[in-house]
Amino acid sequence: MLEIKNLHARIAEDGTEIIRGLNLTVKAGEVAAIMGPNGSGKSTLSYILSGREDYEVTEGEILYNGENILELDPAERAAKGIFLAFQYPVEIPGVATMQFLKVAMNEQRKARGEAELTTPDFMRRVKEAAAELKINPDMLKRPLNVGFSGGEKKRAEILQMALLEPKLCVLDETDSGLDIDALKIVADGVNALKSPDRATIVITHYQRLLDYIVPDTVHVLYKGQIIRTGDKSLALELEANGYADIIGEAA
Amino acid sequence: MNMQTTSRQTAAEAALIDAFNQHVGDLPGNGAVISARDRLVDDLKTNGLPTRRVEAWHYTDLKTLLRALPAMQPAGLVAAPAPLVETASVIVMQDGHADGKASVEGVVVGTFDAMLREGTAAPGLSVIDGDDTIGKINGSFVRDGYVLEFPEGVEIEQPIEIQALHGAGQIHTRFPVSFGAASKATVIERHVATTDGQAFVSSVSDISLEDGADVTWIVLQEQGSSDTHLGQVRIRVGADAKLRLFVINAGGKLVRQELRVDVAGEGADLQLRGVNLLGGDTHTDVTLVLGHNVPNTTSTEIFRNVVFDRARGVFQGMIKVALDAQKTDARMACNTLLMSDDAEFAAKPELEIFADDVQCGHGATVADIDDNHLYYLMARGIPRSKARAMLVNAFVAEIVEELDDEALVEALETVISGWLERHA
Repeated sequence: MLEIKNLHARIAEDGTEIIRGLNLTVKAGEVAAIMGPNGSGKSTLSYILSGREDYEVTEGEILYNGENILELDPAERAAKGIFLAFQYPVEIPGVATMQFLKVAMNEQRKARGEAELTTPDFMRRVKEAAAELKINPDMLKRPLNVGFSGGEKKRAEILQMALLEPKLCVLDETDSGLDIDALKIVADGVNALKSPDRATIVITHYQRLLDYIVPDTVHVLYKGQIIRTGDKSLALELEANGYADIIGEAA
Repeated sequence: MNMQTTSRQTAAEAALIDAFNQHVGDLPGNGAVISARDRLVDDLKTNGLPTRRVEAWHYTDLKTLLRALPAMQPAGLVAAPAPLVETASVIVMQDGHADGKASVEGVVVGTFDAMLREGTAAPGLSVIDGDDTIGKINGSFVRDGYVLEFPEGVEIEQPIEIQALHGAGQIHTRFPVSFGAASKATVIERHVATTDGQAFVSSVSDISLEDGADVTWIVLQEQGSSDTHLGQVRIRVGADAKLRLFVINAGGKLVRQELRVDVAGEGADLQLRGVNLLGGDTHTDVTLVLGHNVPNTTSTEIFRNVVFDRARGVFQGMIKVALDAQKTDARMACNTLLMSDDAEFAAKPELEIFADDVQCGHGATVADIDDNHLYYLMARGIPRSKARAMLVNAFVAEIVEELDDEALVEALETVISGWLERHA
């Protein structure tokens, strides 16, 4: 589903290179965890996948279902089924959450040549998905993410993911700022979306989230490269010994 | 300003004086009114229209910007638009004329034409200061308007919408409104051009809030693309009175909206909000002079401006805190989104504080759309142009939502999103 080949990317503004020859393959149905110390390029990778314009790809390619997506803008990528759950979702005053959800769902449907949702159909979907994630309906009456707690923001991200039904889900540090109960709810939400034609990339710092969202593969990212790939036991090894050994081996 | 008498009279200035000489005979008014008009016209004749050398008009050089005047007589009856809020009581001004039979339950409704004829209007045909060009023009030419009196303690549930409708021509209206002690009401002053022909409009609302009145006053300016609109709201806010004053500019070619607010009673609170939607080749100026003149009063002023094309916007916001107006709390903000490289906005906030125990602040920002917001919406599949439109809308909708009347909020949001759809 996703093939990243020899990717090099830098911050557009100052030219700092963050991703330095990254290779990664994720198959449909797979849950891939990307772990790594601070500053290794984890969040940058997620932004580049989503098409954020603050980064410039200087070399390599990203193939999504065989198609090079580097020329597509974030909206086009989203319509093709790429979804990034943000580490820090932005607050947008004045944009009503429900209106945002409806426009996003319908714009994606339009881009794919599907009919727009009727209002009752839309309402029903939101209601069901929100109930699954134990989201208080009052929260959805507020402007987008405004005044949401850290946990509420993360749940709202997963709600969007559930409603938009993406094919490639990228979760950037979705566990940060969540207590254990919220973490379980969010993990259940992610697991509920698991299917043979959907892939998930879980970016995280800690093993903790991976107890709930069990990965098929674990990749260690360091200085903009994948320096080690393994199965879920690799995450446990990192938890026990830290990154120092693996970094030492790679150096 | 005698130094300006030497400058040459412009075509518009000559047309103003001419129009007066021709029409003075058919303008309503008794002897006192006629002499008041004469004084104002003499002032206009002597001093002319203000130029950039007059500080209060520095960014709106009326002498240069006002090129010509349309003929005096407005023409053509037009159909009234639907009220903003379905349940509102509507009173209509047609081409500058009030309807003598108009009524609103619970409110004493009269016409300014009658006040002019009786002469009770004469004292009000005065200027606030030498820079009050709008007062001069309006006082010289005003024909009619509604006079509203809200009796003490009356609470009017549904909004009252004054629809000032007109075609091409000159329209000069005045609305003296008094809100009795502890009365409560929402009034929408809505100026709408109904044809494309050029109109020259001056309108003065002379409003007083007695103690404890709770009032929402909305000015919605939707003039045509070749119209000049000179609006003025004079307001006195009494003790413990609460005023929400909302000004929306969504039309006009040359617009000046002056807000002259006198916070005159202890415990008074003013919530002033403004939205300027500017596009095309237009010039729009909002000038606020706000006096906190007694102790223990509060105010917040927030303006949101969106400027497209080659439009130019001006905000002058002066807050004056009098010597004994201790414990004043006043906050002013003016935020602008510039949507094109040729768009301009000039913001001039000013504080003049004589008291020593006050909280006052002002801030002005000019920016483009926040890239992080745009990216977030796009990352959810919303195309760039649509995402931008949503964010512009959000930028102004945010302050409209502060009005706690849901029907009113929805109506104003519809006006705003409609304008944005036509211009973005």
